[in-house]
Amino acid sequence: MRGLRVRAAFMLLVAAVLAVTIAACGGGDDTTTDTSASGDTDTSDNLIASNSDNAKTTITVGSKNFTEEYILGEIYAQGLEAAGYKVDTKLNLGSETIAKKAIEDGQISGYPEYTSTALGSFFTVPADQIPANAEEAYSQAKSKLAGEGLVAYPPTPFADSNAVGTLTSTADELGLTDISDLEGQSEDLVLAGSPECRERIDCLVGLEKNYGLQFKKFTPVDIGLRYTVLDKGDADLSIVFTSDAQLANSDKYTILTDDKELIPSGNVIFIASKKVADEAGPDFGDTIEKVQGNLTLPVIQELNARVDIDKEKPADVAQQYLQESGYIK
Amino acid sequence: MIAPVANGVLATDAANRCAPGLPESFCHQHEVTGCVGGNGLFCFDWAADNFDRYVGPFFRHLEIVAISVVAGFAIALALAVLSHRHRALVPPVLGATGVLYTIPSVAFFFLLLPITGFGLATAVIPLSAYTLQIIYRNTLVGLANVPPDAKDAGLGMGMSENQLMWRVELPLAAPEVIAGLRIATVSTVAIATLAFLAGAGGLGQPLYEQLGFKTNIIIVGVLTIAMALFLDLIVVLAQRFITPWRRARPG
Amino acid sequence: MILLANVFDSFVGAFDFILHSREAVTGGAQVGGPAYIWPFARTQLEVSAVALGGALAVALPIGLVLGHLGKGEYFAVGFGNAGRAVPEIAVVFLFAALAGIGLVNVAIALGILGLPPILTNTFVAMRQVDRTAVDAAEGVGMRPWEVILRVELPLAAPTIMAGIRTAAINIFATATIASFVGLSTLGDLITGRNVYGDDGVVAGAIVIALLAAAIEVALAGVQWLVTPRGVKLQRATRSA
Repeated sequence: MRGLRVRAAFMLLVAAVLAVTIAACGGGDDTTTDTSASGDTDTSDNLIASNSDNAKTTITVGSKNFTEEYILGEIYAQGLEAAGYKVDTKLNLGSETIAKKAIEDGQISGYPEYTSTALGSFFTVPADQIPANAEEAYSQAKSKLAGEGLVAYPPTPFADSNAVGTLTSTADELGLTDISDLEGQSEDLVLAGSPECRERIDCLVGLEKNYGLQFKKFTPVDIGLRYTVLDKGDADLSIVFTSDAQLANSDKYTILTDDKELIPSGNVIFIASKKVADEAGPDFGDTIEKVQGNLTLPVIQELNARVDIDKEKPADVAQQYLQESGYIK
Repeated sequence: MIAPVANGVLATDAANRCAPGLPESFCHQHEVTGCVGGNGLFCFDWAADNFDRYVGPFFRHLEIVAISVVAGFAIALALAVLSHRHRALVPPVLGATGVLYTIPSVAFFFLLLPITGFGLATAVIPLSAYTLQIIYRNTLVGLANVPPDAKDAGLGMGMSENQLMWRVELPLAAPEVIAGLRIATVSTVAIATLAFLAGAGGLGQPLYEQLGFKTNIIIVGVLTIAMALFLDLIVVLAQRFITPWRRARPG
Repeated sequence: MILLANVFDSFVGAFDFILHSREAVTGGAQVGGPAYIWPFARTQLEVSAVALGGALAVALPIGLVLGHLGKGEYFAVGFGNAGRAVPEIAVVFLFAALAGIGLVNVAIALGILGLPPILTNTFVAMRQVDRTAVDAAEGVGMRPWEVILRVELPLAAPTIMAGIRTAAINIFATATIASFVGLSTLGDLITGRNVYGDDGVVAGAIVIALLAAAIEVALAGVQWLVTPRGVKLQRATRSA
């Protein structure tokens, strides 16, 4: 009996706490931000026009499981919605192989992928043979994907790639500017990266083979912790991404230059099933190309910052981007 | 000159600084030293503003647990009733449910992946399988503890074997059965936080999406434990409803 | 039929991954094979052992003392119940967020998960020891710690071992996700679909399941060994 009463009392307490928090959060959903008077001209031109013909098509936008992908997925999804499509999202596909299979199985219509990843993972193009030029990489990816019934839209302005990151204080202390500067020092340093980094040529394997570096230890961590391990001193070096917010916002972190050009960078291309793309009509591709038009490196870093540092919702951030770019109201 | 502030954070880190080359219209404030930016232990404001992020996963989690427990309960109960009559079934069923229980949930999800793909089924099947052993064992014990007098009385009244089971034996076995059901339910709520690995969603999804953010971890933890306690309470209340002649026994 | 064939294929591929080395899906590295998989398994076993040891060191004495004294039933049993409700990955992630990554921190987080079953089972086992045996021991003048160690513990051992088994399996299972927080466990294989392929993922799952079964069997054997002969006879003569 006593156990029951205590349990019930606790439940009431929890319910009360939940009720208070839900009440407190009422009205807090202000997604538009107070930006300075926009200097961009002709934003009204950029508005996506809603086409009622598109309402008969349902598009499911997927994305992989990290911040940048969530934001991109939401940008495309909300853009397509503004164009009049019925849009669903499935923003939890663990890896590119799962995502590609999801397109093939019809679970999603398409998702944003990186040209380097598409070429490297889907078509096992060795890292050193992936074109550094964005257009070349795109056309290679596009033609290979076309062979699998997938259509790839033109690339975003920004490119993202792995990078060897470290605290600026560490870089200064050890005199590190390029990755090659790690020679002779890396044996004392701990490198952190995602578990799969261990076996990737554009990651640890390449660092060991192409740069001839041996590290004291490789520590696998989820990519969400890539800066935390540097902050806490659990690792001296960490595999980060060139489009990370943390690199733009402060001088705390530095990335080492890839002087041997080992690591391919990839612009984002939206990959979709050709069947869905055809059914969806011309607005599909037009909208996709339109909404990504403003995604330069500083802009995507800013959007990443809003999610990673300010912990805003990717959906909100995507909406802000579309509004601030003048694509939606 | 940039003046350093506490714990090595540069003064410019705290102030608004946007990437070089960013158009003015895009530049927002980013507080890297606030509760949220600095990953404080629990950021109440953020929790209040973002609570709706957890609503969908919460109900999804509830859905996963409900389906798993109901399915597991039905199967285990049926097996126990059968085994009670045909004792030869006990060792193999106990063995099978035991084996299923030993397979770690993460492994089980990924073993099913080639068969059922990503989604609800891949999560529900292992979660149901985990409930089988405890419910089966407890039901058997409960049925074994039914006083022979009660059965004799029932038979004396002319009940058939089935009627005996459903009207006499099971109700009398209810305390043990429900005890097993409670354990199964609470365990399932906790394990279901891993269901996101199978692509089924649940509270594990928001947890994984920001796995370093302390406020997020705490919210998911509290919600999971609250759900477990809540469902446990429901089962206890159900027991008092079903067996009003008995007092609820402590865990 | 096609589904069955696909499934069969996947498992054949997985076993091939376990037995033979092959090139990673993304090229440039060799993966697979027993020598490759073993370090992951070893790390997972190591951190599980450390965690279990820690949990035993803390929970066993408390359970023994409380059980001997007959005090704190609400706490001991309630702790076990409450422990079941705690979501394991949240504990591991919270520890990592608070204290950083690495073997010690993960082991502590996992050890916490092992406390409830060991504490509860130890307490309950001690309470269930035949009072006449305890009375007899006290009657011949044994001091409390002697009673605990020489009379109660052997009689309670089987049930305590059952709790240790539960704790061990829970810990080992949760240690899989230590890959997210700095330890190279079999979770690396499971989350590394990009480099290991579907074969590698299923292979990881198979190895985890087999090791868990091995631990269960091994500890069941220990449980059998610590069951006093008298208790075994007693059990055998009771009806099933």
